[in-house]
Amino acid sequence: MIPTATGSRPRKPFARRIAHTVEPWLYTAPVLVLIIAVMLVPLVLGLSYAFRDIQLLNPFSGGFVGLDHFRELSQDTAFYRALRNTLWWTGASVFLQFFFGLILALLLDKPFAGRGLAQALVFLPWAVPTFLAGLNWAWMFNPVIGPLPHWMVSLGILSAPNNILADPQLAMWGPIIANVWWGIPFFAITLLAALQAIPRDLYEAAAIDGANPLQRFTSITLPFLAPTIAITVLLRTVWIANFADLIIVMTNGGPADRTQIVASYIFTQAFKRLDFGYASAIALVLLVLLLAYSMVIVVIRQRLIEKD
Amino acid sequence: MGILLTIAHRLAILVYVAFALFPLYWLLKVSVTPNDLLYSEGVRMWPSHATLEHYRYVIENSAFPIFFRNSLIVAGSTALAVTLISSLSGYALSRFVFRGKYAVVALMLITQMFPLVMLVAPIFKMLSPLGLTNSLTGLIIVYTAFNVPFATFLMQSFFDGIPRDLEDAAMIDGASRFTAFRQIILPLTLPGIAATLGFVFTAAWSELLFALMLISGNDSATFPVGLLTFVSKFSVDFGQMMAAGVMALVPACLFFLLIQRYLVQGLTAGAVKG
Repeated sequence: MIPTATGSRPRKPFARRIAHTVEPWLYTAPVLVLIIAVMLVPLVLGLSYAFRDIQLLNPFSGGFVGLDHFRELSQDTAFYRALRNTLWWTGASVFLQFFFGLILALLLDKPFAGRGLAQALVFLPWAVPTFLAGLNWAWMFNPVIGPLPHWMVSLGILSAPNNILADPQLAMWGPIIANVWWGIPFFAITLLAALQAIPRDLYEAAAIDGANPLQRFTSITLPFLAPTIAITVLLRTVWIANFADLIIVMTNGGPADRTQIVASYIFTQAFKRLDFGYASAIALVLLVLLLAYSMVIVVIRQRLIEKD
Repeated sequence: MGILLTIAHRLAILVYVAFALFPLYWLLKVSVTPNDLLYSEGVRMWPSHATLEHYRYVIENSAFPIFFRNSLIVAGSTALAVTLISSLSGYALSRFVFRGKYAVVALMLITQMFPLVMLVAPIFKMLSPLGLTNSLTGLIIVYTAFNVPFATFLMQSFFDGIPRDLEDAAMIDGASRFTAFRQIILPLTLPGIAATLGFVFTAAWSELLFALMLISGNDSATFPVGLLTFVSKFSVDFGQMMAAGVMALVPACLFFLLIQRYLVQGLTAGAVKG
């Protein structure tokens, strides 16, 4: 309200007061213009497409069709399958990334010779561009050039060295494993930062009182990590539910839509079928679902803040 | 007991390092394996003789140098534009208290929450009459907008770490705020600027979906688009594909080294996005 940054004295000349009011907006104007023009306007436009017939290759399309897309959507079995797949993809990826990320953070929290180097190496997958991570893992699963099918046969997981990405029952594990590989560093980095903020003397005091390592973990480490865990897991869930790159690169939704998630289904409708209206209708449904989920996050976040 | 625990700890670290590096190692290994050995030697940790033939072929006879140049232009320009714009807005969020500030922050948070894939179709429709599809400029504009909110929060966190007294003193001496910002505050934020450049460069270098949608010709294809097209067309030239993959990896790894020190700050500022 008041431009306090300059330690403003009362009663300034009118022109200076105007300048002070305008100043913050001059600094933020480029960002606001860009966000509104490239994100907000397309968002609103996209919402309107959901109620219109927009097909890129059909010059006669563009008319208002009301709720037709949503009626079609309610009968679209591929969409329901994509919804189920999204739950599976998101749940498995977040759980495994979090689980292995937490273990890695705990391992790196202990000082040892060569920790800096080990840390740089285990965080490296995070720097790999996602399209390359996807291709790289698709090649690893390819029996012609990749070692994984042969190893899985030796371990008795597969009966023959086939590509699991082509197997309807197993295909989803391909992108999930790639996602876990790529995403462990994110959880490890944020959890490691939270771990290092825990006061060390708490552990010493507990050790003097005779608490064993497990007791120290459950009564000191976990309660301190809980807020970080809650927020990162909840936010990461939204992000991964929307993350279609790996699936589009590795399986393109196949075989027989077994790996199609809602986000990749939207992209396929827009990119392959060029049916922008239908794609936007699915996007609207996804947006509503994510909004409902975000409400849950806001409530939980509020609870956590009140508890502190 | 203590020694056993230490051994278990080091072994666990070793397993993580191996898991993180193995796919990248395999990429490198196949990229230097001659074609005749690729199928005959099966699963082998290193080919009996290595070659740089695939790299030579990819650099001399394919369109990958063009894709590489395009990606460098797009990611570099995006990183510069985003850093310039977000240092202004990050400074505003760090230093000013003004009516509407919360609306600005809320707007930027919202852009981080909704699925960007929703915008694929409308952005295509908007850019195509402007002649910005199939153009690097179009991609740069789109990527700049997508990365600016995250970079603003990141820059804000760096400005928050610099005491206000510095520019207050300069302004008492008669400098305008903008001069103080440019000559005193910005030089102190250089590490933060480097981190922002690194984060945005990596993000723009990796972006796939919008590039696939907006670009259709070879001339303005970025590296991800070029590589995916190559993979679907010539899916038997594994050595060449992986040589191209290693080339795509190099700039990303260089920037990773640059930003490694700031990963924590970056990831917490961008916790909404990741």
